Amino acid sequence: MANKRIDEATGTQTVGHEWDGIEELDTPMPRWWLWTFYITIVFAVGYVIAYPAVPMFHKGTEGVLGWSSRGQLAHEMDEHQAALKPMLAAIGAVPVEKLPDNTALMRAAVTGGRAAFKVNCVQCHGAGAAGSKGYPNLNDDDWLWGGDLKAIEYTITHGARQPGDAQTHQSQMPAFGTGILTSAQIDQVASHVLSLSGKARDNAAGAQLFAQNCAVCHGAAGTGNRTVGAPNLADAIWLYGGTRDDIAAQVTNPRHGAMPAWGGRLDPVTIKMLAAYVHSLGGGEDFVEVAPAAKTDAAP
Amino acid sequence: MEAILTRAGLWFGAMVLAVIAAAYAHDSGFAAQMMIVAVVALAGLWVSVARADVGAIASGILRMPADPSKYDDDPVRWGVLATVFWAIVGMLAGVLIACQLAWPQFNVEPYLNFGRLRPLHTSGVIFAFGGNILIASSFYVVQRTCRARLAFPGLARFVFWGYQLFIVLAASGYLLGITESREYAEPEWYVDIWLTIVWVAYLAVFVGTLVKRAEPHIYVANWFYLSFILTIALLHIVNNLAVPVSFLGSHSYSLFSGVQDALTQWWYGHNAVAFFLTVPFLAMMYYFVPKQAGRPIYSYRLSILHFWSLIFLYIWAGPHHLLYTALPDWAQTLGMVFSIMLWMPSWGGMINGLMTLNGAWDKVRTDPIIRMMVMALAFYGMATFEGPMLSIKSVNSLSHYTDWTIGHVHAGALGWNGMISFAAVYFLVPRLWHRERLYSLRWVNWHFWMATVGIVFYAASMWVSGITQGLMWREYGADGYLVNSFVDTVAALHPMYVLRAFGGTLYLAGAVLMVANVWLTVLGRQRAEKPMHQAEFNPAADRPIAAVPAE
Repeated sequence: MANKRIDEATGTQTVGHEWDGIEELDTPMPRWWLWTFYITIVFAVGYVIAYPAVPMFHKGTEGVLGWSSRGQLAHEMDEHQAALKPMLAAIGAVPVEKLPDNTALMRAAVTGGRAAFKVNCVQCHGAGAAGSKGYPNLNDDDWLWGGDLKAIEYTITHGARQPGDAQTHQSQMPAFGTGILTSAQIDQVASHVLSLSGKARDNAAGAQLFAQNCAVCHGAAGTGNRTVGAPNLADAIWLYGGTRDDIAAQVTNPRHGAMPAWGGRLDPVTIKMLAAYVHSLGGGEDFVEVAPAAKTDAAP
Repeated sequence: MEAILTRAGLWFGAMVLAVIAAAYAHDSGFAAQMMIVAVVALAGLWVSVARADVGAIASGILRMPADPSKYDDDPVRWGVLATVFWAIVGMLAGVLIACQLAWPQFNVEPYLNFGRLRPLHTSGVIFAFGGNILIASSFYVVQRTCRARLAFPGLARFVFWGYQLFIVLAASGYLLGITESREYAEPEWYVDIWLTIVWVAYLAVFVGTLVKRAEPHIYVANWFYLSFILTIALLHIVNNLAVPVSFLGSHSYSLFSGVQDALTQWWYGHNAVAFFLTVPFLAMMYYFVPKQAGRPIYSYRLSILHFWSLIFLYIWAGPHHLLYTALPDWAQTLGMVFSIMLWMPSWGGMINGLMTLNGAWDKVRTDPIIRMMVMALAFYGMATFEGPMLSIKSVNSLSHYTDWTIGHVHAGALGWNGMISFAAVYFLVPRLWHRERLYSLRWVNWHFWMATVGIVFYAASMWVSGITQGLMWREYGADGYLVNSFVDTVAALHPMYVLRAFGGTLYLAGAVLMVANVWLTVLGRQRAEKPMHQAEFNPAADRPIAAVPAE
């Protein structure tokens, strides 16, 4: 172009074009820039040869290293499983209620259970297993369905009120507000229930109604009955809230919380470890052998 | 008279069609959207038949000068005003969702929850704020670098107003829960069709002006603008291929399924970053930096090589968004290696921008607009180094799905796109309104510092948060079990989320200052202030870096 000139500040020639006052210098490309660009291209070519990269008719090239993302995953999983295998096998071989006899095994089970708990259980029971309204606190010693290792394992395996699992925990408190008790009577019962844990004064009418309607499941003293899943009402621990209104609402039209049956989703060893972890949280009870109980180990 | 009748008839017809569509709509969201269209048509009808010249009244309120010069700057002025308006809307939505992540109480169900506001924020800043400055600046730059008046002036105005309608339909749709669930391509089928029409008109105006040019060569900025317009058209159409459930409803199904759908989406999504947020902003850089600095472009050869290598390589990099997914390994590898080769072509733009200041480096001290441009290029360089690095599989396995990605995007968006756009706005407003200077250059300096400190808070907190997240997710104890539950990681990130919201608020505050500065400049006021520090220019001290030939 005709308008080439030497730019004063840089001493470089311009290309000779001009647009709205903008000119361009004819500076060569910076050498470091060009060489870095070449290096990235060489790297790319090498990478393409080494790894799966080029699409063909049915599948892509596999690369000279034979790497695949599925292969890497399988390898890492195998490694992880192999490291855990002896401990898992040892835990699998011992019935859950015998775990505490072997301190090292019990400790390993609690650790594994804690990890499984973080993935599967925290959504309802909370990260610290303290539960929330409607979701039981697992740190205390108040157990709806039993707090020894075997009972906890059973509850995790079969869940509560899970359709499709014949052995799931079932309990159905009647809705007393639908024609059984008047709302005034329900208030009296609620007062009596509060009095069981010292939160209200005794009232004779409520006590009588309780004896007639509630004691059959919750017991005369309101201490509950685990075989039918009737909660202890005398311990000031509440699943659905402990105010008079909460209790009256629960008597009127009870909520029936559900818990998944994990038997089909988690392997028996993981469930065993979860039971050990939950048992270790503070409220675990000792296992006491009674008369031969129903078979609890359903094949998952 | 006949022309007015024809135009009024068209508006009336559009309004009747929209009302019918609203009446027979299959879902309430579609009905609401069609009522918006009907209201717009009614406004158009009123403008057509009103005795008063609505355009003249608007120009009066907005102090728009007539264009005695050879260039048609009316659509540019409207575009600049739309840019600053949508900047505030989009960034406000961003601050709000940042607060929602730190304090969930900020979610207002159902219209203002995170899920609906998040696309409002992304589309608001990318397509409304970014899109408007791109359209406005491209109209400004193409006329001047071609020494030609805009081709098809009517169509250019249609592009501006049609694009605003697209934004309003998209934004109101998100709040109503209408979405295709494709990131950065959320608007449903009818809004997509409308955008296609607007975009083809945009292409016609731009190419028409190029054809009319009175310059023998096409300036580099226009190469970038043209590749942006063409490629966005291609990306938009292919990614939005879908079958509507009903022509009177707001739902549609994508033509692709499974991993093909994911790959199409990220081919689009990554190239939205490439051809919307990189290429045309480089076009702005190629015009506004040499103009503001008063210096020639550093290297013509570099601009050719980095342009062609950039647009050739960028289009293949999309699969790096799908590393370690069901996408076949070969496609993941290609996505990664193309991203790595992209590093230097991206940096070519940064070098050409920064080195253009050779001989004018003193202006970094004296001119806050230049300072913004330099900071924009610096963040561009950082983000385009970070991008290839994050695309390396072993890095990605740590960074993927974490806040690191969010930090990376915002280093680019706030630092590069935001700063270069603010600089362009400050460059354009005094020239478009024929003002001697901006209302206040010192306010520009304040804006610069608020934005820069805001970005530092934003990017640093997201880097820390992202790496924390990635490390906590993969943390195994000595016994071989995962250490953290998901909620443990959320709790650990909370302080970082608060810092992020603070950084975003600072950035928004800077933008509010810009709105005030722009409006007072439009009104023709000048703040009585001391000039920015003026040092004597010392050519001896301002030695350029000597060029080393590559050959």
